[in-house]
Amino acid sequence: MNLLEPIVQGILLGGLYALFAAGLSLMFGVMRIVNLAYGDFAVLSAYGALVVVNAALINPLLALVVVAPAMALLGYVLQRTVLQRTLGLSPLPSLLVTFGLSIIIQNVLLLFGSADQQRLTLGDIDTASVTLPLGITVGVFPLGVFVLAVVILGILSWVTAKTQYGRLVRAVSDDPDTVMLQGANPKVIYGIATAIAFGLVAIAGVAAGIQTSFSPSSGSMLLIFAFEAVIIGGLGSLWGTLGGAVILGVAQTVGAAFAPAQQILAGHIVFLLFLAFLPSGLSRRKVRA
Amino acid sequence: MMPSFPLRAKGLEAPDYTVQRWTRMSIFGTSGLGVVVAVLALLPFMVGLSVTYAMVDFFILLLLAMTWNLLAGYGGMVSVGQQAYIGIGAYAVVVFADTFNLNIVVTILLAAIVSAILAFPISFFAFRLVGGYFAIGTWVLAEVVRLIVVQFPQIGGGAGISLAAMNDIPKDLRIAISYWIALGAAVVVLVVCVWLVRSRIGLALTAVRDDVTAAATSGVRVQSVRRRVFIFAAAAAGVAGALVAISTMRVQPDSVFSVQWSAFMIFIVVVGGVGTLEGPIIGAIIFWVLKQLLADYGPLYLIFLGAVGIVFVLFVRGGVWGLVSRRKRLEIFPVGYRFSQPEKKTAK
Repeated sequence: MNLLEPIVQGILLGGLYALFAAGLSLMFGVMRIVNLAYGDFAVLSAYGALVVVNAALINPLLALVVVAPAMALLGYVLQRTVLQRTLGLSPLPSLLVTFGLSIIIQNVLLLFGSADQQRLTLGDIDTASVTLPLGITVGVFPLGVFVLAVVILGILSWVTAKTQYGRLVRAVSDDPDTVMLQGANPKVIYGIATAIAFGLVAIAGVAAGIQTSFSPSSGSMLLIFAFEAVIIGGLGSLWGTLGGAVILGVAQTVGAAFAPAQQILAGHIVFLLFLAFLPSGLSRRKVRA
Repeated sequence: MMPSFPLRAKGLEAPDYTVQRWTRMSIFGTSGLGVVVAVLALLPFMVGLSVTYAMVDFFILLLLAMTWNLLAGYGGMVSVGQQAYIGIGAYAVVVFADTFNLNIVVTILLAAIVSAILAFPISFFAFRLVGGYFAIGTWVLAEVVRLIVVQFPQIGGGAGISLAAMNDIPKDLRIAISYWIALGAAVVVLVVCVWLVRSRIGLALTAVRDDVTAAATSGVRVQSVRRRVFIFAAAAAGVAGALVAISTMRVQPDSVFSVQWSAFMIFIVVVGGVGTLEGPIIGAIIFWVLKQLLADYGPLYLIFLGAVGIVFVLFVRGGVWGLVSRRKRLEIFPVGYRFSQPEKKTAK
């Protein structure tokens, strides 16, 4: 069996998972919130893009111009009005609220849409492929998503390392009270971080909607993949997350090459192996939770 | 009256001070609950079959909510993966009752034991994670259990399997039997929960929840305490799954392993009052009534539950029980400590 092709496809799939994982990881890193509705917001974005596409007859990538800012705004408002109230030493309130949001989003989508699988399409690009050296054929779109993921992670790590906002984010993640003493408002920083995470989830959700099909209930799977990528990569490291996402993607595609029905289980098993033997992930960094 | 413990500190001339665990209210509350249980035991003779059947559902929810509350409310372990053990328990009943022809009550005990045994290795994976990531981790583990279970065509694969063991029993007797088993299981779990919260384990558990480091430096064996409660909650969820199998006579993987179970447990505990023994009971009653009234509305009903849950987390942290006991300290169960000075004989 030629494993080279599934491995390359797995790496590209990892790009998509990295896009998802980046936002989840950002919200946890800055606010210590684990957003259980994260995958559902991705699905919501995909449905949003579907509505825009159907209404304006444009392609899904252009729809993203509307959907991504809309989601970012939603994220900001949600953080300032709802999630801010759940912050504290105990993770319980934020978990419960985001789990409630997850149920609401899934059922609102069920109510207005249907339980059927939906798909966004880019026309010919959906099936277009290029042949790489060694005779490996890969889809143009997955390749594009992977490149996009690397670019976005690059921008994110540049923002956190070099810009004033990035310094504020890191400071507030360590000690919000001291940041407040210095005259910055942690609540605004939190709001912006959530807006960025929601913009990312919109991009990831639309990309996933083009690459595979989606339904109101497919959000939980996306959340789980993003989570697995974050844990395999190690908490608090963006490039570790990309590595984790790639490992998860490769585990799934290689698993599928051996047993087509076991794609997801293969990914879970690799995740559990990492959890058992390398619990601090690829980056080996210790992070307080 | 339970014995009260006199405080005898060396050199202190105050032997009259006592620490009491039972109060007038908890004596009243606990015996009142005993009467309620006795009435509930006679219920199948008094109400119709459909009510009895719906009550089985109530006890299943109560079992799950009480143990989820123990995990999350007392232990700080927010699990979204208890459906793993619901599924394991349901399948255990089918296997033991239909393949090995064991008595149905025995199969329920076995369902609890199998769930507990499987929870032991699972806990080592789950406990690598804390807080929010623990929650998703338990969810992934439940998914792994589901994906493994559906591999086996002998137990129905992805389509599910019917429970044949109780086919011969007449319908009304069958439902009454599942009702009594469910009631018995709920009472046992309630008693164990009260005992756990009263005991050293309960104290250690809340200490770990509130500050892991401080608890560990005070000599609490953090992982061991957590693990015991995690395994107990798994065993109870296994019993709940067994009851699902017995009352519906069918096990479908997508239904027993559904994350919706976790959503229901969380709603019950949050609305009733998290971190209290009374909360899940009140929450389960509220949830059960809502379910009877609104379940036909499908998605709208679930949206409503989600919204109510969020409102309670944001604005009513203590839940309904917290509202009721805000003015005056109320307790049905004797779990607190009261410091009292019974009679001032010498002062006169």
